[in-house]
Amino acid sequence: MSGYLPVLIFGLFIVGFGLVSLAVARLLRPSRPDAVKLMNYECGAVPIGQAWSQFPVGFYLVALIFIVFDALAVFLFPWVLVLRALGLSAFGVMAGFVAIIGLGWVYAYREGVLEWK
Amino acid sequence: MTPLAMPPVAIGPLAPVLIVLGAAGLVLLLDLLPRPVGRELIATVALAGLVGALLATLARWGKPGRAFQDMLVLDDFALFANVVICYAAALVVMLSIDYLGRNGPETGEYYALVLFSTGGMMLLAAAGDLIVLFLALELMSLSLYVLAGLFKRELAASEASMKYFILGAFATSFLLYGIALIYGATGTTNLDRIAAAAAGRAHDPLLVIGLGLLLVGFGFKISSVPFHMWAPDVYQGAPTSVTALIATGSKAAALAALIRVLVTALRGSQPDWAVLLWVVAAITMTVGNVVAIAQSNLKRLLAYSSIAHVGYMLIGVVAGGSAGPGAVLFYLLTYAFTTAGAFGVLTLCERAQAEAVEVGDYAGLARRHPVLAAALGLFLLSLVGIPPLAGFVGKFYLFAAAVRAGYLWLAVIGVVNSALAAYYYLRVVVFMYMREPEGAGARLVPSFAGGLALAIALIGIVLLGVIPAPFADLAQAAVAPLLR
Repeated sequence: MSGYLPVLIFGLFIVGFGLVSLAVARLLRPSRPDAVKLMNYECGAVPIGQAWSQFPVGFYLVALIFIVFDALAVFLFPWVLVLRALGLSAFGVMAGFVAIIGLGWVYAYREGVLEWK
Repeated sequence: MTPLAMPPVAIGPLAPVLIVLGAAGLVLLLDLLPRPVGRELIATVALAGLVGALLATLARWGKPGRAFQDMLVLDDFALFANVVICYAAALVVMLSIDYLGRNGPETGEYYALVLFSTGGMMLLAAAGDLIVLFLALELMSLSLYVLAGLFKRELAASEASMKYFILGAFATSFLLYGIALIYGATGTTNLDRIAAAAAGRAHDPLLVIGLGLLLVGFGFKISSVPFHMWAPDVYQGAPTSVTALIATGSKAAALAALIRVLVTALRGSQPDWAVLLWVVAAITMTVGNVVAIAQSNLKRLLAYSSIAHVGYMLIGVVAGGSAGPGAVLFYLLTYAFTTAGAFGVLTLCERAQAEAVEVGDYAGLARRHPVLAAALGLFLLSLVGIPPLAGFVGKFYLFAAAVRAGYLWLAVIGVVNSALAAYYYLRVVVFMYMREPEGAGARLVPSFAGGLALAIALIGIVLLGVIPAPFADLAQAAVAPLLR
């Protein structure tokens, strides 16, 4: 079981981080609650109410593009670490990957996805 | 630190798919140009991509290749399926040019999505690993979900898209659970290694449940009963050209993947899945044909007919051996031409301010547009299975494979169903040739590309019907690598 000690410590740090942040924020920040602020966070949608409701599509479009960039970053970090060892071919592969993602981004830009309406 | 080596990247086996996806990227780029380019140019690029992929596929015939640690297996089986898929997609693109100009938004998005979806189908047929299979299935399905709702101002299209998406996502989750359980039972997602790990313990509960869940997921994609409920609504609501793609390409790809998974990875469980699919095939044929009789909307009628045809094809899967899957491959080829042609005729017809989709709209068509009526008639007769058209030979090989494998009763159910199906197909023919329209019936909207597509499909069904042997032999040979 001793192998799980780091996990336990890690867990304590997680809980501690949350508690300390909340406590410090509570002490420092001004408190001006309003209806929107008190709402449970649910990704751009109204969390409680009728199931038949309109939701802002623009939020999801931006979120999707954000996730694409997230995925790009996830691949870029390990790539940077091994780039020197792998040389030019690795550069070419990543260039192709970025070009494909770039095409998607340019397309989204031209279609006006990033204009918040 | 051990020196890193670039993993080998074998582009060769990927070439057909890359051509299709490259064409998709090009279509998107054309759509972005500041000065709008004509939709004919965009459609031509898409068509060129598909024809290029077709040629690249044919060039690789007989030269099997594997890539990315056996994740992609481009053997003759995958190549045969890819030929069917490329043909179907090319016909769909040709049918779309004028149909979209009339009915829908003129954007490159449509062609890009068709190409992305086609790329997914081709990968699906070549997937040698359950993870690739899942990814390819999603690439295919996500594009089709969007395409189904292309006419977003129409309520039926939105309904079709939403239904397809929600039920499709639900079915995909079953597939994923199945993959997870099979991985749990065998410790791998590679099809060959699953077969090796599962040898001798076919009744491992994990494996059996995984197989069942996998069949649920596939059952949805090929719209076999009892997972067929989405098909009529989606076929009816989606743009007719997209319906043709869903009915031909996506079905061919999913059936090819199903056969590959069952025949390679799960060959040890053959007695289990054969019994399950026996029942599914019998019910699918019967429900499809019986419900089709009651349809007055031609798109819904063809939807139920396509459900019934999946039932016929499952007979071949059940029959197994080399004859069964070979017959299914051949049937897919005939079915793709026939169904794309039948839906193609629908895209060329219109009523005042609307698409002509009711059977009544086609009353008296033979008098007004004899060639078009003859074309639709031939496609429907091929669907019935009347010699010398392709549908007859396809059914013949399927039933013969079943009889030879000892599934006499299944073959009998298939034959009875074919007779039953004649009623509703011939009803349309009777309307075209022997009834007068009430008011203005459907009229032809001339389209060069659409006419060309219909001509190709017609030549296809006649050619396959008159000299089937070389193509059937190719299909049989294509199955051989699976059975090693």
